[in-house]
Amino acid sequence: MSDHSLHLEGAPFLKAENAGLYEPNGSKSMAVCAERSTKHNQELLAQIPYYQDWRTAANGIKDYAIGNLDKLLVEFERNITARGAVVHWAEDAEEANRIVLKIAQENNVKTVVKAKSMVSEEMELNHTFAAAGIRAVETDLGEYLVQLANQRPTHIVTPALHLSAEDVGKLLSEKLNEPYTAEHQALTDIARRHLREEFINADMGMSGCNFGIADTGSFVVVENEGNAGLSTATPPIHVALMGIEKVIPSIRYLPQFLNLLARSGTGQKLTTYTHLFHGATPGRKLHIVILDNGRTKVLADPKARMGLFCIRCGACLNVCPVYRRVGGWAYGWVYPGPIGSIITPHLVGLDKAGKLPFASSLCGACNEVCPVKIDIPHQLVHLRHRAVNEPSPMNLMSERFIWRAWSWMFQGPKRYGLAMWAVKLGVRLAPFLPWHPDKLGAWTRGRALPQVPARGSFRKWWRQEGKDLKPQEQPNNKG
Amino acid sequence: MTQPHSSPEHKWEYPKYEPGETVALFIPCYIDQFFPEIGEATAKLLTKYGVPLAYPEEQTCCGQPAFNSGYWEEARGVIHQFCKAFESYKWIVSPSGSCTAMCRVFFEHVDPDERIVGIGRRVFELTEFLVNILGVTDTGARYPHKVTMHSGCHGRRELGIFNQPLTLLQNIRDIDYRELPNIEECCGFGGTFSVKMPGTSLAMGKTKVENIVKTGADVVTSIDISCLMHVGGILRRDKATRHIQCKHIAELLVQE
Repeated sequence: MSDHSLHLEGAPFLKAENAGLYEPNGSKSMAVCAERSTKHNQELLAQIPYYQDWRTAANGIKDYAIGNLDKLLVEFERNITARGAVVHWAEDAEEANRIVLKIAQENNVKTVVKAKSMVSEEMELNHTFAAAGIRAVETDLGEYLVQLANQRPTHIVTPALHLSAEDVGKLLSEKLNEPYTAEHQALTDIARRHLREEFINADMGMSGCNFGIADTGSFVVVENEGNAGLSTATPPIHVALMGIEKVIPSIRYLPQFLNLLARSGTGQKLTTYTHLFHGATPGRKLHIVILDNGRTKVLADPKARMGLFCIRCGACLNVCPVYRRVGGWAYGWVYPGPIGSIITPHLVGLDKAGKLPFASSLCGACNEVCPVKIDIPHQLVHLRHRAVNEPSPMNLMSERFIWRAWSWMFQGPKRYGLAMWAVKLGVRLAPFLPWHPDKLGAWTRGRALPQVPARGSFRKWWRQEGKDLKPQEQPNNKG
Repeated sequence: MTQPHSSPEHKWEYPKYEPGETVALFIPCYIDQFFPEIGEATAKLLTKYGVPLAYPEEQTCCGQPAFNSGYWEEARGVIHQFCKAFESYKWIVSPSGSCTAMCRVFFEHVDPDERIVGIGRRVFELTEFLVNILGVTDTGARYPHKVTMHSGCHGRRELGIFNQPLTLLQNIRDIDYRELPNIEECCGFGGTFSVKMPGTSLAMGKTKVENIVKTGADVVTSIDISCLMHVGGILRRDKATRHIQCKHIAELLVQE
């Protein structure tokens, strides 16, 4: 760990929209973990000669699926309903909450055990349960810890990435009256003992959905801890939450997606458990809530469609140099990191999340690791374009004025010369200014300004010498 | 060393260069004004291989700063200025991976007009022009210093430029090349990102600086001096790292 050093100076960029959330306190361990995840999956991916072809194919399959959502979702519903499941459609989080609560109340549910689901985070379902007096227990270890700590996940796959073993030890001793330990196995044993009771006593179990399969009417939940298996099989009712974008056309494509998901998500060849649900088992109830919650708004923007291809592996978070430093909470909503920056503005609106697309140096690391090849950096610039033209915190008259002026100055060599003369004058004078305003101050708070060369511009050199350079007759030292 | 996470779509089909064809130099604005020696080295390097040069003085900028900030309408005017300047040239070469990526990849986002996109596609980064088009892998330079290379993200990820500068660098006589740890991670410059989110940008830059220090190099080089303007700015702020120089690869390739 000592050879990793990370600087945590970065501030949350959604400060105003971020009220009530905390700064990650364990960012250093978080960044180290994120970096390690990236290394692991790069090692695994290097073993697959056809990896790039898989990505391309997965992108194609998702492209087809998102383009035919209307047909595939109905096919999925028809097939799984035929085997006793009940499918519910929810337009937004509120409607989904109402549906889930109604199922719980009709069945007199007191306690719900929940496997990991990002859709549930989107819905803030736990608040709905709490308000109705129903106990909801997160059973994914990371989610369990985050719930105990009264926090939000910092990562979509590894929700408690920000907590070190010491943090976890303190948390468990404080909340569960257990003796303090920072030893991994002992910590897991404590959580396991407490959760086992919850599984046995729960009246209802919930899960997310990694893939909905149209042609067989099945859905898939992957996990590593066994908690999703227990959450869905122990209580008499299973309610699964599924975003509309989760459907794939056929079970034939599943192995490829499982491969890509595990390798990209956690650097495993396959997750420890892969559950396929084909319908309600005798004597039990299965409900599936299919949620839109803004996803169809992405469909309305043809350039943004790829955002819906996401299979929630988290690889773009792990590799993102910005995410590694600011952590998940800084993004202000459920989906952090590069994928959050391209889907959150659609789901909650640019007026609220307009700053997110700017939280990137556009380095493109996210696109390189994305198992379904979402062109995240290109989506980011597209959303920036929208953010400065539509109602959003980035649509500022002052900034538009600056770029208008810049544009005019750069549309002719004479004006350009004048603009550059002014810039160089500014750079020369900067050391004598008592303080540096705005963008200049943003640069000089940690960086020296470039030095203005005494010799003048390249243009000047070209006029004096460059234009007379003679191409040498024979290319020497050819490669 | 191979390219980190190389992906196959980065195999451009490079057109064939006929000896005697004129190459127009695209010298990005910050190089023109703040680093003229890089433009000069670029010109000398190309003439060394018999390439006749032109420098259209109508040129200003590729439009990237406004484009990356979301101001595509404002970028469009500048891109049209670029196209006006370079329209009559078949070959355009620039000593910047980032600006080349703007022309070749992003022009079509701003203006899908065939003429504009076509001009953008004629822009090549200096080291890729040398290696992939002229077939030069050894410039015969000599540079007896400890050197590490920073790989700019736009050049590598949008254009697939990584092995070209590395090969040219490693073939320099007497050079002591030091590989940069975590070479694939962004330095944090990101154009306007560096002033819009300075805290995060600086945090990234400081990590890059630490990795540079670990190599023990006295010189950091890159095909992109824009990244190095940011990294160099951080290096010069600290007495312990002030001695480390930032140089564009063209400057090393003309050393004798």
